[in-house]
Amino acid sequence: MAMRSDQVSGLLLLALAIYVGWMNRVYPIGSLSEPGPGYVPLLLAIFLGSMGLLVAVWGRKSTPLAAMEWAEARRAIALLVACGLAAYALERLGYRITMAALLLFFLGVMERRKAWQVALASAGFSFASYYVFATLLRVPLPVSPWGV
Amino acid sequence: MIETLNNLLLGFSVALQPQILMYAFIGCFIGTLVGMLPGVGPLAGISMLLPATFGLNPIVAIVLLAGVYYGAMYGGSTTSILIRLPGEAASVMTCIDGYEMTRQGRAGPALAIAAIGSFVAGTLGVVGLMLLAPTLATFALRFGPPEYTALLLMGLLVLAYMTGGSIPKTLAMAALGLLLGMIGIDAMSGYTRFSFDVVELADGIGIVPVAVGLFGISEILLTASQQTPNLPKNPSLRELMPSRAELKQSAGPIARGSAIGFLIGIIPGSAHIISSFIAYGIERRVSQTPERFGHGAIEGVAGPESANNAAATGAFIPMMALGIPTSPVTAVMIAAVMVHGIAPGPMLITQQPELFWGFVASMYVGNVVLLILNLPLVGLFVSLLRIPYSYLYPCILAFCILGCYSVSNSVVDVYIMLAMGGVGYVLRKFDFDLAPVALGLVLAPMLELSLRQSLAMSGGSYGIFLERPIAVVMLVLGLVMLLVSLKPLLFKSTARDWRSRAGLDDVS
Repeated sequence: MAMRSDQVSGLLLLALAIYVGWMNRVYPIGSLSEPGPGYVPLLLAIFLGSMGLLVAVWGRKSTPLAAMEWAEARRAIALLVACGLAAYALERLGYRITMAALLLFFLGVMERRKAWQVALASAGFSFASYYVFATLLRVPLPVSPWGV
Repeated sequence: MIETLNNLLLGFSVALQPQILMYAFIGCFIGTLVGMLPGVGPLAGISMLLPATFGLNPIVAIVLLAGVYYGAMYGGSTTSILIRLPGEAASVMTCIDGYEMTRQGRAGPALAIAAIGSFVAGTLGVVGLMLLAPTLATFALRFGPPEYTALLLMGLLVLAYMTGGSIPKTLAMAALGLLLGMIGIDAMSGYTRFSFDVVELADGIGIVPVAVGLFGISEILLTASQQTPNLPKNPSLRELMPSRAELKQSAGPIARGSAIGFLIGIIPGSAHIISSFIAYGIERRVSQTPERFGHGAIEGVAGPESANNAAATGAFIPMMALGIPTSPVTAVMIAAVMVHGIAPGPMLITQQPELFWGFVASMYVGNVVLLILNLPLVGLFVSLLRIPYSYLYPCILAFCILGCYSVSNSVVDVYIMLAMGGVGYVLRKFDFDLAPVALGLVLAPMLELSLRQSLAMSGGSYGIFLERPIAVVMLVLGLVMLLVSLKPLLFKSTARDWRSRAGLDDVS
């Protein structure tokens, strides 16, 4: 039998609830008159698991999993990975270099815009936003070891 | 009444200071831009601007952020009317008749009625805020842990009812948000929970990375490959004037939308989104010519637009009077005020009258600013939409990283935001509503603390919730809502949800 979207999501929620319940075993549950730090997370894990089960049980008529469209998924993963790398580089290379590189990747590699437009937009955005936030609004933003 | 007027005068003496006026203007301007940009929305916009308010005094900070909030409510309507692209979720209903009016060459009156409706609703909402918040704050002094527990539970149950989608899915999302709120140090025992030895997680997960990730990043992941839409000609100022008949047709919907929106705004949940759905349905119901709806009926613009702006104002009442955020947006605003050592709640109005009444008065001013700003500058705002989306989304992503990082200068927050973006993307593909996650995260610490305190007070008996009249009323209301929303699941053949009852099943 083909799996349905709600059945998959419901079972995933159930699995998450079981994982949370298992993680929660190290925190004291306490008693009803003196609930411990594990009391409310346990209640919530049970509730989440129950709702997950309901979603799965009532999901027999939802969209078949195979019929779901994931056309933009590869692009979404690329965007997330690029942003993750930018976050890693932020405190190492500084705000301006990181943002310029990130926009260079988005506009040049992913969007294939003209080289001069890419250079102008990425340098313009990173330096202008740094000026507005760091210089004018005094928001502390990381600077590279080279002072940029 | 005299006391209220005196307080309002005090508020205007604060709000009419040049610095406050300037920030109200800046907030409304940025908010309008934010509301127009698909993928940003008021929550992500406010979150990104939050770090910039740390250096400001608390009144200025809250005036600026409130300006962004109701500016975004209006900004979303411009794109809905002109290009059928709702800048934020509350403007979805405006698309239906607003865009039809544009196709018929009546974009000007549609934009004008949206602005006038927003102005009237916003102003009436502020009157309500002014009259209700102090009364509610006095009443809230009677609240103990059981009442707060009941109130928070009722909020989550009402949210489940209002979303109109799958109840188990909505409640599962609320539970997920509450579980996220369990991360970090437990205030009562000092235990650090679910931190995976990451030092930054000991402080818990902040609302900003979660909100920006769930709403901002996930939207971009879903839409990054879309094309820039074709834009219509900018309407001139002269074309904006609605006819006398159109004004007359809109008067009732604006009044009804304002009342409905304000009442819904007070209830926890995604108030402004729901209010516009309900207002549209009611206008269609009361109309003598319901067949015009969906084909350019001006009432279909006036009602929802008024409702979402009134709801935005109504949402400030529990925030100011009880210290309880009714939506993720008000949660971020509470965070903005708390940075300055001020805790919203029943004592705020008496202890910080300048802040409360200055804020109220600034909202009157803000509504005037929005009206003056939006009609003449509509051409300028629309021009922004001519920027190709392929340039826009990388800049929005960069702003998300910037805003998220600068809240606490932590890269971990950026990682959380990106993870939430991925989770939000998958959840939206599986048709889950994300608002309960953000709301659950915000309410979790309050709910856990009040529940555990209630149990400690009663020696471990859940009966304490049935012994306190206020708590009983709130729990019964919540349960009734839950039962009503479960009805369609149990009796599929006969029951209809609120969207159907409001007459929305065959629009859009």
